[in-house]
Amino acid sequence: MARMKFICDAERCIECNGCVTACKNENEVPWGVNRRRVVTLSDGVPGERSISVACMHCSDAPCMAVCPVDCFYRTEEGVVLHDKDTCIGCGYCSYACPFGAPQFPGSGTFGMRGKMDKCTFCAGGPEANGSEAEFEKYGRNRLAEGKLPACAEMCSTKALIGGDGDVVADIFRERVLRRGTGSEVWGWGTAYGQAPRPGTPAPQPTSRTSEPAKS
Amino acid sequence: MTGRLLTVAALTALSLGLVACSEPAQTTKAAYSKAEKPQWTGAANPFAAPGWQAGDEDSWRRQLQTRARAQNEYTRTGN
Repeated sequence: MARMKFICDAERCIECNGCVTACKNENEVPWGVNRRRVVTLSDGVPGERSISVACMHCSDAPCMAVCPVDCFYRTEEGVVLHDKDTCIGCGYCSYACPFGAPQFPGSGTFGMRGKMDKCTFCAGGPEANGSEAEFEKYGRNRLAEGKLPACAEMCSTKALIGGDGDVVADIFRERVLRRGTGSEVWGWGTAYGQAPRPGTPAPQPTSRTSEPAKS
Repeated sequence: MTGRLLTVAALTALSLGLVACSEPAQTTKAAYSKAEKPQWTGAANPFAAPGWQAGDEDSWRRQLQTRARAQNEYTRTGN
């Protein structure tokens, strides 16, 4: 059985916030709620690293353990979802979550917290798959459409990948083994061409088809 | 006769008035069914990706595996 997981490669994330934008757009997430966000460490100094963070759909989720109204459930694919009709917005899950995934809209009276909102791995909620009611409360159900989460599928550097944990781990393993060290870690060779291997002729520069106009 | 009617009317009004005092049953289990329909049954909208058949679990799993592997640029570029 598939276990849906995200992984974010800190060597590749360029802090473009494309994943955040894709999530907001795909799920029509309300103002003030960020199901996904990019966290940057050592910002602006050598060694800066960014990572995209959302609900990690824990196998042993602490939010599920602490919820006083038992509104969480796990799908066959290991996606942790919740029922907004049952949620009372107490906020216990946000204290328990090590990733800060649970979010609360603050649009209620006197700043009262609303129902909890979090990443659904683009898998919707308890309502009928792909229904309007599901979209209103939880956003798009891309899994039921045969797609993976929008944030991972559109990540430009493929820093964020999502899907079956085994496949995701295989991709990451291959990447770590092949990308080497030094500048290759972040894809310099992929972008600008590999250095010639010993014993192979160096690539010849391509000839211009026309001379540039002289000024 | 009138007294009996008044008594019945009063009891009816009383029972109706006490309806608001009732409480829903409180149990340790959620009141709703968490048995969501599996994702492979498909979505009730026209946005399904081509390449799989809604209701066919195996084709759905293959579809997701294919899309997950498409995130590996080494297989996409052949480098």
